[in-house]
Amino acid sequence: MAASRRKSPAKKPAKKPAPVPSSAQRGLGRAAKVVRAAAARAARASSTLVGGEGTQRVVLLVGTRKGAWILVADPERRRFRVEGPHFLGCIVNHVVLDPRDRRTLLASAKTGHLGPTIYRSTDLGRTWTEATRPPAFPKVADVPPADAADGPAGGGAAAKGRAVDASFWITPGHLSQPEVWWAGTVPHGLFRSHDGGATWDGIDGFNRNPAGVSWDAPGFFATPDGAITHSVLIDPRDADHMYVGLSIGGLFETRDGGVHWTPLNRGVAADFLPDPTVPYGHDPHCVALHPKNPDRLYQANHCGTYRLDRPGDTWERIGRNMPKEIGDIGFPIVLHPRDPDTAWVFPMDGTTVWPRTSPGGRPAVYRTRDAGSTWERQDGGLPKGQGWFTVKRQAMAADAGDPVGLYFGTTSGEIWGSADEGRTWRPILAHLPQILSIAAAEVPAAALP
Amino acid sequence: MTGEAAGPHRVHIPSPLRSYTAGRAEVEASGGTLAAILADLEAAFAGIRFRMIDEQDRIRPHILIFVAGRPARDLRARVEPGDEVQIVAALSGG
Repeated sequence: MAASRRKSPAKKPAKKPAPVPSSAQRGLGRAAKVVRAAAARAARASSTLVGGEGTQRVVLLVGTRKGAWILVADPERRRFRVEGPHFLGCIVNHVVLDPRDRRTLLASAKTGHLGPTIYRSTDLGRTWTEATRPPAFPKVADVPPADAADGPAGGGAAAKGRAVDASFWITPGHLSQPEVWWAGTVPHGLFRSHDGGATWDGIDGFNRNPAGVSWDAPGFFATPDGAITHSVLIDPRDADHMYVGLSIGGLFETRDGGVHWTPLNRGVAADFLPDPTVPYGHDPHCVALHPKNPDRLYQANHCGTYRLDRPGDTWERIGRNMPKEIGDIGFPIVLHPRDPDTAWVFPMDGTTVWPRTSPGGRPAVYRTRDAGSTWERQDGGLPKGQGWFTVKRQAMAADAGDPVGLYFGTTSGEIWGSADEGRTWRPILAHLPQILSIAAAEVPAAALP
Repeated sequence: MTGEAAGPHRVHIPSPLRSYTAGRAEVEASGGTLAAILADLEAAFAGIRFRMIDEQDRIRPHILIFVAGRPARDLRARVEPGDEVQIVAALSGG
């Protein structure tokens, strides 16, 4: 019975969670040489990709409104074997591979009825084990039952005790911290696991609020999908240096592993606020940090597309250089794995009532190869009209191949892919449920189910 | 206060939660309040409670729990000897 709770709704007997690492393993701020060695290992690993030794395969980890799927690419990335569903019927916000072992997956899941949890697989999805303590806020004493009906989100929630509604975003920890994972939640919350995802603890410095103000303050209100903490980004040079995106709330930075946070939103528009010059309260849709140049950040925001080069603190609206008729509003932003000047966005219609569909019904990806100074349209193979695609913030990804493979999933359940860095696109799969997320990863072919 | 010699009570488990009960639709649990019943359930079927009760001890929005046919408002609901507990996953859209 106790064992049964550890299995996914659909899978075979599960393995025990990995043992809790020692404090030395998880200690923050380890010697720089450890970090460099880990980075070198990762670089070596990512150099054996598609077509290399034939030992690595691209997989797409697809989270949907009704379950998760794993798509396994052939060596040319033209055909994909479809494996799944996992967690059929569950809302799966994110499925992420651990780049530190290339075998472990974490998946966040809930249903319309049941509370949010996290599953872990150490065998690329053959079996899943449920977290024994999923992300949850501290219990607030003496919550008057009369207030409880208001639910976890909305005004006054902090005073009544917040409850995690979804683990929206999952990020593997720093390379020097093998069993560490991070999760961003709805409503705003940041959690960390030290044991590979079995148990999760709240980051008080964030969850009590990142800017010294209450979560009820103006600027932290919720999107229609709730107040989303996303884009949990870790500086590969320093495990203590992180960024977190809040939709709505803005981008925040910590340099001490999450104890203290400061807003980092200068230069970003916030047209929807009465005072658009506020230090926080912005709406980053998706933020990305370049792995080879961690001083470079890109941001797809409710109010435009931006780039920031640290140590600078003022974002530049590179979306101004996109065609006026397209605009620079979108949800995902995807970076080239090796070239910090190259990024892709999926523009959407952010006018009038915000249809959030491809402008004019003509889907296209836009690419910059000069850090946002110029953009080119990439729509080869995509519908030339009546294509009303919506692509959510986690639903576009790049693999590490050369040329880079790109993938996006739509809310109408289609997955499109490009094996030539966006020049031409082909449909990979249709008829899935609403796609919430796609992650591309490289795994050992021999380890695949 | 919560558990003295009350029960066991029959507890009906809805299908979304039967992955925790090895597929069983009906189990037994003891306790004089709904909180105690749920603690007993958790002891037998680890993880089941959090899927229906949030970390502030609120019954999740689309979960209904009936005690002797009456909807329980919160976990303080009393469960008298012989009462049945029915957990219902309410309809929650598409």
